[in-house]
Amino acid sequence: MGQITLSSVTKSFGEVNVIPPLDLQINDGEFVVFVGPSGCGKSTLLRLIAGLEDISSGQIIIDGTDATHAPPAQRGLAMVFQSYALYPHMTVRKNIAFPLKMAKVPQAEQDRKVENAARILNLGSYLDRRPGQLSGGQRQRVAIGRAIVREPAAFLFDEPLSNLDAALRVTMRQEISELHQSLKTTMIYVTHDQVEAMTMADKIVVLNAGRIEQVGAPLELYTKPRNLFVAGFIGSPKMNFITGPEAQKHGCHTLGIRPEHIEVSAEGPWSGTIGLAEHLGSDTFLKVSSDLGELTVRVPGERGLHHGQTIRMGAPADKLYRFDQNGLAL
Amino acid sequence: MARAVSPSRKFWTTLAAWSVALVIFFPVFWMVLTSFKTEASAVATPPQLFSAEWTLANYQDVWARSDYPRFFWNSVVIALGSTLLGLAIAIPAAWSMAFVPGKRTKDLLMWMLSTKMMPAVAVMVPLYLVFQKLGLFDTRIGLVLALMLMNLPIIIWMLYTYFREIPGEILEAARMDGASLWNEIIYVLTPMAVPGIASTLLLNVILAWNEAFWTITLTTTKAAPLSAFIASFSAPQGLFYAKLSAASTMAIAPILILGWFSQKQLVRGLTFGAVK
Amino acid sequence: MSTQSTRLASRLMVAPSVLLLLVWMIVPLAMTLYFSFRFYRLLSPDRTGWVGINNYTWFFRAPDFWLAMFNTLALVGGVLIITVVLGTLIALLIDQPVKGQGVLRILVIAPFFVMPPVAASIWENLFMHPQNGLFAAASKALGYDPILFLEHYPLLSVIGIVSWEWLPFATLILLTAMQSLSSEQLEAAEMDGAPAFARFRYIVLPHLTRAITVVILIQTIFLLGIFGEIYTTTQGGPGSASTTLPYMIFKQAIVAKDIGRAAAGGIIAVVLANIIAFFLMRGMGRHLDN
Repeated sequence: MGQITLSSVTKSFGEVNVIPPLDLQINDGEFVVFVGPSGCGKSTLLRLIAGLEDISSGQIIIDGTDATHAPPAQRGLAMVFQSYALYPHMTVRKNIAFPLKMAKVPQAEQDRKVENAARILNLGSYLDRRPGQLSGGQRQRVAIGRAIVREPAAFLFDEPLSNLDAALRVTMRQEISELHQSLKTTMIYVTHDQVEAMTMADKIVVLNAGRIEQVGAPLELYTKPRNLFVAGFIGSPKMNFITGPEAQKHGCHTLGIRPEHIEVSAEGPWSGTIGLAEHLGSDTFLKVSSDLGELTVRVPGERGLHHGQTIRMGAPADKLYRFDQNGLAL
Repeated sequence: MARAVSPSRKFWTTLAAWSVALVIFFPVFWMVLTSFKTEASAVATPPQLFSAEWTLANYQDVWARSDYPRFFWNSVVIALGSTLLGLAIAIPAAWSMAFVPGKRTKDLLMWMLSTKMMPAVAVMVPLYLVFQKLGLFDTRIGLVLALMLMNLPIIIWMLYTYFREIPGEILEAARMDGASLWNEIIYVLTPMAVPGIASTLLLNVILAWNEAFWTITLTTTKAAPLSAFIASFSAPQGLFYAKLSAASTMAIAPILILGWFSQKQLVRGLTFGAVK
Repeated sequence: MSTQSTRLASRLMVAPSVLLLLVWMIVPLAMTLYFSFRFYRLLSPDRTGWVGINNYTWFFRAPDFWLAMFNTLALVGGVLIITVVLGTLIALLIDQPVKGQGVLRILVIAPFFVMPPVAASIWENLFMHPQNGLFAAASKALGYDPILFLEHYPLLSVIGIVSWEWLPFATLILLTAMQSLSSEQLEAAEMDGAPAFARFRYIVLPHLTRAITVVILIQTIFLLGIFGEIYTTTQGGPGSASTTLPYMIFKQAIVAKDIGRAAAGGIIAVVLANIIAFFLMRGMGRHLDN
């Protein structure tokens, strides 16, 4: 179980309206990622679902029950915080057992569940250490373990990987995805990193200034962004936006071309000079000053392009994104 | 990383620091020394540092002449009682100020502190009358209440500065884990704040132990602590320096020893959030 | 950032403290205010009644009132200046790489554990006493007449005693603050060519602002009510030379047994304390925020 419905949910802090009326349906077993730039309200939205903040109006329904005014503990949700929020004075074992202790679960069952969680998360040999003696990744696992033992209706993750280094982030990302596949529990995951969103989510919710810009599967957002914001936010490097005569030629106000869709070839209709070439090995990113303006271009790594070179470029017509004056996709 | 300094510089700074420290400490040292001299040695001219006649007679006299254990016990009960009661009342208050701050939290804190600025003498008579009326005069419970209220703002402030160093996310995690407010405070906040609570306890025990206005004004005999003990000694004894020193040493020794042993915690607690 | 129920809980949890302090403040204050307009002398218990503002006018016209006001402020100000300046210097000294820092701290902190009546009596009898005090012995050894501290310099003597009591507090807070300064900052300043004094003036001192603020705030709270030290040593004398406002009130209440006048003095003291508190909190609140 783990179906969450938000209807007309709003949140304001005093005069400031952080979340305008918002509707969202999260289905049982889904991995939903809230993504958006910092300050877009994604963490606030998560905290509203968790019950750590009151909503100003609207309704939150969890598994068919109105949970709008329920305290956090009674919503049956578990949360993994950005700082992990482990209890520093308790051992790993006690940390993981804490929710069970609060629920007055018998000791034997507590032990069984803790052992089980430790096995799933490979924490067995650390159970009697304190959080201070663990590495960042291990702490993260303990935080997840503490969430698992509650057998919640849904897991809430608040930017859980942002305190880890790049390599560990990739590993943990995969571990969380695997965990989702084995538990099949609803997960709501907040991040500002669109790569995390794309790789983990069943469903991405793109947020901007408290509003939902688009909801959809990762590839759907990539191939059919509903507006300029989503088009610019999803995909890396960022989509190129072109206005002016070239856009008008295609019958739109703004023309969007993804860097990976631009082809460098002698027959290309556009020309430009390479200002900067970043060689990553597998790929090369080019910053090109062209007749269309500044363009980012992604080409395979071994092309031997470098600073100062003049090149010609083009893009297949079916890979062009067209937007109207209001930024909506045509 | 501490930087290496030249040996000669280290020698001079060490010498200077020790001289200053000894000057500051000297009065206490001299008092203890005097307490072991005979009365004649104590007032001898020139003063005798090591050539004095040593005796334990002063301590025997003081012990025989007054009921030191009772004064001592009253001091312990009053200092510890007022501090523990204060902590029990202050922990929830500090929790709410640190973790659910409002626009007026700072003002509230400042107001609390400002209640301490009212000179005790100014309200001496009314409090005396109130204590008489309520049957609290010359009772330990009365002094526990008075000193608790006197130190409550300090206790709240110290706890507040400690609690603010604890990330709110941890308390929220406890809330998500199903902890009631009570459990959140007992199982999560308090254990995490143990060092801070210990410092607060120490400092306030010392403040209460050394309080010498209300403890003297609001007691006669039954509940009188060591501050009253020493006051009774200095008044009629006049020139009996050695005995006075012995009594003084007996009055301050317990807290001096406690303070020295817990010096590290105390210093940490003394900062009132001045250091981050 | 919280829910309604936590906000409600928070109000309930702060309420006992607020209520207790409110009662602790209001009840004696209201009674003092009431007495201050009454005729209330313990020596003539039969006479009672309202006397308007007579008690206040008596106080303002009393020959030693303004002196007492001055003495009160001089005591607070003097002790603050001495403890902050000396405390900073001593903290700087102990913060150097010296041998036995732990023992040094134990020696320096000692006066803080000495209760005021004991502190006052040590100084009065063992040090400042004109016949038997150590200072007198030192003067005589150097061939001078002993200085009559408590007769000739009563206020300065009291300031000295109180400063000794509070010096450890200031020193330790400032020392802790100094030790929290990152040495990288000082090294950066040294790389920038700042000499030792400039490093103190532009790096160390600003870093200490918050600590100094706290020292001033806490000490003022305690110093405004200083009473025991004066009572033990000078009894406010000679004449009124070391009488402070609290001591003057005490004299009215206990010596003259005039509760009405003492109450009026009490109200004046409370007003003074509030004026000082107001300026202090306004000036300091800024530094205490982060």
